[in-house]
Amino acid sequence: MTTVEFCGISFKNPVIAASGTVGFGRELSEYIELSRLGGISTKGLTLEPRTGNKGRRIHETPSGLMNSIGLQNPGVQGFIDQEWPFLRDKDLVTLVNLGGGTVEDYVTGARLLEEIEAPIIELNISCPNVKEGGMAFGLQCAPASIVVEAVRKVTTKKLVVKLSPNAENIREMAETCVEAGADALSLVNTFNALAIDILRRKPVFDNVTAGLSGPAIKPIALRMVYEVCRAVKIPVIGMGGIMTAEDAIEYIMAGAHLIQVGSATFRKPETAVEITEGIALFMEREGIKDLEEIRGAIWR
Amino acid sequence: MKDSYRDGSIIENTEIAKNIFMIRLQGDFQGIPGQFYMLKGWECNDPFLPRPISIADLRDGILTMIYEIRGKGTHIISRLKPGDALSLLGPLGNGFPLVEGKKIAIVSGGIGIAPMLYLARSLGNKAVLYAGFRSELYLLDSFEEHVSEVHISTDDGSFGHKGFVTGMIDPEAYDMIYSCGPIPMMKALASLCNGKTELIVSLESHMACGIGICLGCTVPTVRGMERVCKEGPVFKAEEVLI
Repeated sequence: MTTVEFCGISFKNPVIAASGTVGFGRELSEYIELSRLGGISTKGLTLEPRTGNKGRRIHETPSGLMNSIGLQNPGVQGFIDQEWPFLRDKDLVTLVNLGGGTVEDYVTGARLLEEIEAPIIELNISCPNVKEGGMAFGLQCAPASIVVEAVRKVTTKKLVVKLSPNAENIREMAETCVEAGADALSLVNTFNALAIDILRRKPVFDNVTAGLSGPAIKPIALRMVYEVCRAVKIPVIGMGGIMTAEDAIEYIMAGAHLIQVGSATFRKPETAVEITEGIALFMEREGIKDLEEIRGAIWR
Repeated sequence: MKDSYRDGSIIENTEIAKNIFMIRLQGDFQGIPGQFYMLKGWECNDPFLPRPISIADLRDGILTMIYEIRGKGTHIISRLKPGDALSLLGPLGNGFPLVEGKKIAIVSGGIGIAPMLYLARSLGNKAVLYAGFRSELYLLDSFEEHVSEVHISTDDGSFGHKGFVTGMIDPEAYDMIYSCGPIPMMKALASLCNGKTELIVSLESHMACGIGICLGCTVPTVRGMERVCKEGPVFKAEEVLI
């Protein structure tokens, strides 16, 4: 049984398609049965629609990629009207990923989402705080706490806070989000990184830095998930460079309840489905009846 | 359900000009002119992403692609030998609209000539080809029976007109122009056409997935941001805002 109970919600398997790597599931559903996944986290939404960043958006690095998409999305209402009807009937758990430029944006977005039955908000706190000089909410505990508390007050959904690996202290950040009312945590978002075009003598990206993901970050992301799982008592969704079932199982043994597959989907649309099959096979081979038996195996 | 990556067997992979390769693959391939495939010649994670390459021709189940070595991925593909497998996803993108009974020009710059072969072969009446190159010419032989005239330019004047390909064409002589090449070339062509001659462009962009989920390849259009891999790679020039 690959089933996982998470905040009172049943996932048929621990594999979630990560935000920003599956849109709203439509395109991926041309290649896989979405119902074979445990869940899907939507493209990051903001209150108002966004067109995203100009210039170069993707840059490949050794065993990874950098992106600077800039949260191109149809806005919360656009999602509710155009995308949710498609996802609503699918047999998998939808995590609505929500970002924002101000605390008010987050709160208004979360309120709007009350009208749909999606059970989980995954709160993206890696967005720049436009009123406070543009530093991301999720780097320091104080602004992170404010935004998590504010959203907690207005949502009846389960609140999963997605942590940035760029946080000054990942354990303190995790503990802060728990105190602010998070039901669960997910980590890691992308690592802030730099690439330079040496012929132009300029950064590859207009925004100078961009987010690094892919197998290049896996060992660091895994260490962070391990530290957070040890520090908090609420469930954790682990992610960062998961390419195979073996990678996913490492995250579970570090303490994660669920895992997300992101950049790997770009390489091959059915990667997440293959990971669900690989996990089932591993459980059978190792005589594991419930993933709870191996969750946090390296420390529990 | 669409097919995901599947293997194509390499029949031929030869250098037809400096750093320009022609690869021919046997397999169950489909596609219309202007569409592309994502290619992976490796199983490991480095290079991480597949490479988008346009269909240069497709007949009798044999897929022909012309590609330029641009980096690590295309370098690896260039070293594959006949009999080796290459992993492909496609056909992807929208492809060129095909027209009948019009005076048509095809304008290419450099490797932008690649998707134009299948296009030229599929058009109802023969087009006039304007092909620009840096210095060395390639692929022109294959066009011979499919176009009515060929005009060549090279940056260094080693063949044909010296200078840009756009210096040779009078758009008013045509009802429709198809173009693929560097952005500055297509922009110059767009201003020459000035809305009087219909201009269709095929764009290139850095992309991660090729299937419309990463939003990495988008371009601004009159309808908002659109994906080169999904709504494109073929656009009406007047609709693209770059």
